[in-house]
Order: sequence, then structure tokens, then C-alpha cells
Amino acid sequence: MAQKVLMKGNEAIAEAAISCGCRHYFGYPITPQTEIAAYMAKRMPKIGGTFLQAESEIAAINMVIGAASAGVRVMTSSSSPGVSLKSEGISYMAGCDLPALIVNVQRGGPGLGGIQPSQSDYFQATRGGGHGDYHLLVLAPASVQEMAQLTVHAFDLADKYRMPCMLLADGTMGQMMEPVLLEESTAGKVEKPWALTGTGMKRKHNIINSLSLTPDELERWNIDRFKRYEAIERDEVMYEEYLCDDADIVVVGFGIAARVAKNAVKAAREKGVKAGMFRPITLWPFPKNALYERSKTAKAFISVELSMGQMIEDVELAIRCSRPVTLCSRVGGMIPSPAEVLASIMAADEKLKGGK
Amino acid sequence: MATVFERPHSLCDVPMHYCPGCGHGIIHRLVAEAIDSLGIEGKTVGVASVGCSVFAYNYFNVDMVQAAHGRAPAVATGVKRANPDNIVFTYQGDGDLAAIGTAETVHSAARGENITVIFVNNAIYGMTGGQMAPTSLPGQVTQTSPYGRDVEAVGFPVKICEMLSQLDGPAYIERVAINSVKNIRAAGRAIKKAFTYQVEKKGFSLIEVVSTCPTNWGMTPEKAMKWAEENMIPYYPLGVYRDKYAEKK
Repeated sequence: MAQKVLMKGNEAIAEAAISCGCRHYFGYPITPQTEIAAYMAKRMPKIGGTFLQAESEIAAINMVIGAASAGVRVMTSSSSPGVSLKSEGISYMAGCDLPALIVNVQRGGPGLGGIQPSQSDYFQATRGGGHGDYHLLVLAPASVQEMAQLTVHAFDLADKYRMPCMLLADGTMGQMMEPVLLEESTAGKVEKPWALTGTGMKRKHNIINSLSLTPDELERWNIDRFKRYEAIERDEVMYEEYLCDDADIVVVGFGIAARVAKNAVKAAREKGVKAGMFRPITLWPFPKNALYERSKTAKAFISVELSMGQMIEDVELAIRCSRPVTLCSRVGGMIPSPAEVLASIMAADEKLKGGK
Repeated sequence: MATVFERPHSLCDVPMHYCPGCGHGIIHRLVAEAIDSLGIEGKTVGVASVGCSVFAYNYFNVDMVQAAHGRAPAVATGVKRANPDNIVFTYQGDGDLAAIGTAETVHSAARGENITVIFVNNAIYGMTGGQMAPTSLPGQVTQTSPYGRDVEAVGFPVKICEMLSQLDGPAYIERVAINSVKNIRAAGRAIKKAFTYQVEKKGFSLIEVVSTCPTNWGMTPEKAMKWAEENMIPYYPLGVYRDKYAEKK
């Protein structure tokens, strides 16, 4: 039964995962996402599921590989340094075409960094992170409600396309509490004839593997995988627009940055500046066509990020560098304030008024 | 005419890539014989590792997954936890199990994970062409220990059975060898017992098989068997290191 409850972002992820049939969780403690593990540790034994605290993030992702190979819905969660450790396994999952959910509740980096919110794993998430040619489906929630919704969507997409899917949140999203309506998955159950369940002496043995020492075969595997990626880029792009139709200045941001940007856009409008907000929800596939459409009417773009400027490259690529793009960012666990984003909007407006 | 010898059903009828005289052929057969004799082929899932035995997924006629280097016990844990009624085994070499995968080995054993680990120890990295392994003997000449393994500089071999038998988790740990017909038969019995323990849900079992690598040792297969007997077995004594259920008799 769907009901609205007050939840922490991290807990919303865990409960949403359970609601859509995930009964296997493997993880390792790391701030600021440990509530997910704690929640799973409490809930899984009561519903016949598996919670297992692994000896490392590396072991955890490989346990995910095992369970995904066996055909069940499975997830792991971590934060930035832990996701670096999982990257080898994520590359194997991409190479083996295994569906699973990987949650990254980002914190400041590089290295051990800090424990406060960050978005500086954008490149890692959208460019792959591990070795080889591959993509992850990357979803970026901007509310506790979306933490839940996108968790369910991520499992559905992972199963549909047989690939790992990442929920890219940040420490703010993980720690904050908001009312959330937990809904059940509407996607039908996906058959997994490739899963390793034992042959039952009835079929040929299934093999899950990313190795080929035959170059033309390995090339074919890669090309086939990228055909699937093309379909995803065509069909699965998600984004939100706010006051973009008549906007001269479009502020682009995801996750917590988008919420700050929205406030700044409202403030700019009050000052008579036509600003709008564009929020990518899928970071891969990036909503490049929609953003390009905006570049036909908007005159300037601002990328708001909790990083030294990573998504800005995708913004520039999407609009084909046809408009100026400036960066408004804070890093290391700092979050840009609405006033800082407003200042960036006003500066862009000044430039536009001052002619080319 | 009566059949007196045939390929185990759980071994695929395909050519293997192993070098002439390699121990993997014998050990693959022993694993397959155990699977056949217990009638568990249809519910067995194997985990191949990285090393010479990486293509094990093509040789065992059971569902197989290929794991990253050293991670087979973690992958096996995931498979087993997803479907506890499946029989899950890993097949790993010494570099995979005792170097890069030490953490996964120790912790799957400590958890008493109900899986079977087949650990092939031939004291060398085979696939990459003969480098020093965690189990290379003191003084052993390899590509990366060209003057012989200097224990002062690089330390001593890792004795997996001795180490793991100190844990409370494992049910059954035994070291066997394939240097003689007698030892091969004993190895087969140990492997079958390990799978039996899993079927009976008794927990983690590991069988270390002292094997040979004629190619990278630079010996004929026959001489390699002799070398294993004279050099490896004294350093890696054969026998049962832990049997949780025998102790409780």
C-alpha cells in the first residue's frame, strides 16, 4: 500500500529497493550512505532477504556480480572512495551485461576527501569509471521522493537493458528528510534465461563472461553493446525544465545544485531577468537534444555544480558551444548558495546587456 | 561391450588449451567426477578465476561465471546467497587465491560460506609466463625471481591450508596432490567430500591441490611430478587441516 512517510534519503533508497523486489544487498560501511546498509541489515532478515556486510567494497561489488549472475535483483551502495574500489567490478558487470543497482552518495574528494556533499564523481559516473568502453545508466535524484522513485526506475532500466545502473546522489540527498510516497514498480518482471541457476540437465550451460581473446569477436561484443546504448539515448532521457520557454539565461544543474538553482531563478525573475532552470535527471544519457533546443532561444548558460566543473563539458557539447557557458561551483563539501547562483545569473545578464 | 572408461558427463567434450602434462586436466576431471557421482550437475554453478584456468567456463558442463582476478569467492558468495540450493564452487590458482584474492579467500572462509573452493597450487604464475607466485618456494627460480626466491627480500610462501585452518568458519580443509596414482585417488576423494559437505550444508570447504607446471618450470611432465614430490610436498605437507565434523565425533 502506497503511503506518504517522512524519511531520510538513504532510507528511502533502501525501502524503495525492497518495494520493487530487491532481496539482496551487499555493502561496506562508508559515510554518508551507511544508513542504507543499516536499514537493509534491519529489514532483509525479516523478509527473507540477504544483507551481507562484505570485507571490502571490492568484495561487495563482486557479490553483487554473483547474485546478478544468478538472476536476482541486487544492489550495493557506497560513497565516492568506495565507488572507486567498486569500479573494477562495475567494468566487469558492463562487460558481462549484468543488471544491478549501484548507489553513490557522493562526498568530497579526491582521495579520502571529506564526508560532506559533492558532485565531483560526475566524470567517474558518466564516463565509466572503470576500464574499457562502456556506459552506466546514471540517474540523479533531487529530492527524497526521487531517491525512492529513481531507485525503482533504475532497477527496471537495469533489467530492461541488462546493464548496471547508478543512482548518483550526494550527501545532502542522503541525509535530508522529506515526505515520500513509496510506490511499487509498474514494470513487468523481466525473464532472465541467461541467468545461472543450474542447467537442470535440461539446457546447455549458461556462461557469463567478459573475456574474448579473439579481437573481432570482442569488437562485435562492444559494437552490439553500443547499439543498446543508442536505444537508451533515444528512449530513456529524463530531464526537468523550469521557466525555460522564454529564458535568456538557462541555469543547468542536477541533484541538490538544481534545487539551489531553482531558488536563484525565482529571485532573478523577481529582478526582471529572464532566467530558467534545466535539470538533467539522467546524466547518462545526458539530455543533449533538449538542451540543444534551448540553445536556439537562450543566450547564455550557467552550469551549477558541486565540482570544479565536470558537467559543464556536457553542457558545452550539448549546445555545440553555440552560447557562452559559465561555471558556478563550490567544492570540498561546500554548496553554492542561492545568492551565489543569483550573482552568476546577474553577471551573465550584465554581459548580455553589455553587448557581445 | 562394457564401458570401462569415459569422459565425466559434467566435463564438456571440447579440446582444452592446457599445455601438455599440465595438472589442470587431471584436476578438472576429478572435479567433474565428483559432480557426476553426487548427481549435482544440474544444480551446480562454477566460478572461473583469472589465470591458466580462466577458460574453465568452457570445460565444465555446468552454468559458469568468470570472475575478476582474486574475486571468485565473493562472486560465489553472491551466487550462493541468491540461490542457496545451487552447489557453487570456485576454481582458482595460487596467484588468484593467495595473492590478489587473499582477502576474499580469508573472509569467505571466516564466514563459513557454504561453497567449495578448488585451489590449484603450482607455485608459479602460469598464464603470464612463469612469474613468482605467493606460493613459489624459497630459492625457486622464476621470471621475476631470476636469482631464486630470496626470502630476505620478498618474504616466504603463503601456506593457505595452515592459515585458514586457524579460523572457526571453515568446515573442511585438506591439501592433496596429483603426483602419483595413489595421491590422485586421494585427491578425488577429498574433492568429493568437499562437495558432499556443501550438499549437506556444512559450510566452507577448500581443497588445495599441489600441482605442476611443466612449461614454466622448464621440465618434462614426468620430471615435474618428481619435482613436486621432492620439493613442494615437503614444504606443503598433505593431509586434512580442518574437519569440523570429524572433530565432533
